[in-house]
Amino acid sequence: MSSVTLEALSQGLQKHLGDRIKSLQIAFGEVTIEVDAADYLAVMQTLRDEPELSFEELIDLCGVDYSAYASVRRDGKRFAVVSHLISISRNRRLRVRCFAPDDDFPSVPSVTAVWNVADWFEREAFDLFGIVFPGHHDLRRILTDYGFIGHPFRKDFPISGYVEMRYDPEQQRVIYQPVTIEPREITPRIVREATYGKAENA
Amino acid sequence: MPELRNFTLNFGPQHPAAHGVLRMVLELDGEVVMRADPHIGLLHRATEKLAETKTWIQSVPYMDRLDYMSMMCNEHAYCMAIERLLQIEVPLRAQYIRVMFDEITRILNHLLWVGCHGLDVGAMTMVLYAFREREDLVDAYEAVSGARMHAAYYRPGGVYRDLPDRLAQYKESKWKSAAQIKPFNEARSGSLLDFLDDFASRFPKLLDEYETLLTDNRIWKQRLVDVGIVSPERALQRGFTGPMLRGSGIAWDLRKKQPYEVYDRLDFDIPVGKTGDSYDRYLVRMEEMRQSNRILKQCIDWLRRNPGPVMSDNHKVSPPSREAMKSNMEELIHHFKLCTEGMHVPEGEVYSAVEHPKGEFGIYVISDGANKPYRLKIRPPGYVHLSAMDEMVCGHMLADVVTIIGSQDVVFGEIDR
Repeated sequence: MSSVTLEALSQGLQKHLGDRIKSLQIAFGEVTIEVDAADYLAVMQTLRDEPELSFEELIDLCGVDYSAYASVRRDGKRFAVVSHLISISRNRRLRVRCFAPDDDFPSVPSVTAVWNVADWFEREAFDLFGIVFPGHHDLRRILTDYGFIGHPFRKDFPISGYVEMRYDPEQQRVIYQPVTIEPREITPRIVREATYGKAENA
Repeated sequence: MPELRNFTLNFGPQHPAAHGVLRMVLELDGEVVMRADPHIGLLHRATEKLAETKTWIQSVPYMDRLDYMSMMCNEHAYCMAIERLLQIEVPLRAQYIRVMFDEITRILNHLLWVGCHGLDVGAMTMVLYAFREREDLVDAYEAVSGARMHAAYYRPGGVYRDLPDRLAQYKESKWKSAAQIKPFNEARSGSLLDFLDDFASRFPKLLDEYETLLTDNRIWKQRLVDVGIVSPERALQRGFTGPMLRGSGIAWDLRKKQPYEVYDRLDFDIPVGKTGDSYDRYLVRMEEMRQSNRILKQCIDWLRRNPGPVMSDNHKVSPPSREAMKSNMEELIHHFKLCTEGMHVPEGEVYSAVEHPKGEFGIYVISDGANKPYRLKIRPPGYVHLSAMDEMVCGHMLADVVTIIGSQDVVFGEIDR
């Protein structure tokens, strides 16, 4: 989006949401707002219904686990729900982030009533991150196996998982057993100083 | 009086019309579907989690395997996300090559879709014709990347290499004589652009052929017209994008509305449906193929006239040439760092979306400055469309379920990720 529309959008957001916006950032041509879980549902409703904003479509909703983030930030809260909205009539995009207040029982209100499409996205965030969405009518697992235990996209869940499945010739059925492979890291994860890799330093 | 109750039917996961591994629990009242509960995730590979453990460049081939019917479009969204975070410029020629292959991919995807949709609904011939044309296009994939499906051709900073000047030829064998293979090799005697030009001039007539088979076909219309109607309001509520949204009458196309690469320099139209039924979506996709063909022609013209680099010369992102690497210390260091540690992407988050053949395909990445993504979220269009399945099939006959799955154009590589 051009800088003019970004400016217009952020002004419109300030006007209609006011203090409910915890922070508003413009980076890489995208606007991101952060809201409290208590205000979340009302903010989303305003974003859709206010004619000046009119975000008719929810494009994406996902969970994020910030527990292993390189620089510690966001007052220590772990789970966030990030949604991407799009306004078809005004041709604008917006990102809304909402942190779950409790790390041990992450919970963020469901927006399925505002946008029906949130249904499967919220099921996915519940399945993969264990974020609970009060107000969701059918919060089942969606992507993992039937009877799966744990939330695999949390940062403390190992990439190789805890159990593996194989056919057992003696019992003549498929069984689960603890994983027998060692997780290995071929290229370590490295965070360089802030200016590393910038084009102007080349 | 006998007790009447609804019949629950398991559709899939091994059903030829389920387009992969869709398991659907259907509740039937007689032959009318009362409720559909799709069970997905049977192909879940945790691509997003895997990407967190791989360097940025190592995840490019994973993208091919998401929607394995439109490989290069997936890579495109991923590469664009990285480029936006790095704020690097892609050479113009690479942008044109990307657009050209995006459109080739769109034709590839829609050809497969029309073939399989036809097959599901009972038009057996379609798939044979569609695969004949797909053959030429996967040959184009092979010519640039060496792979007919999982290309890994787009890279952050451009494309892997320039278009080749010659193509692989058919060879004489004990089954095919020289005279028999001569017509096959005729179009392949020039460069890849000549080959594609030949395809682009043949393709509109072939599309007419498909349309004579289907568009006015009585059975085809009986199966498609007024099946799975989605109103524009519902389409927005259900987050539809791409042909599914345009079929419902909303003229929304990222290539026009939020143009990326060089789409703003190209001339093409956006087809829009009227009633939002399966037949409209069929018509929209057929017209999209014609428009893709138009874009393809314009790209070929431009690429013929404008040689140039196809990869960014920023060696923090793209590897230096072999020659430079072996004669220059600086380039050697760059090559070594890039091939061991990988590129570093500055801290930030970005959502980049492309108009994928199936809808809006988005990549949301959060980087904390490491050589790997912190979090990668894929926004698959098919996932959203399939989530509307219950709403679309309710009240339709069992046989219409197959039509609706077909008209949604779902591929489980991207839905299950």
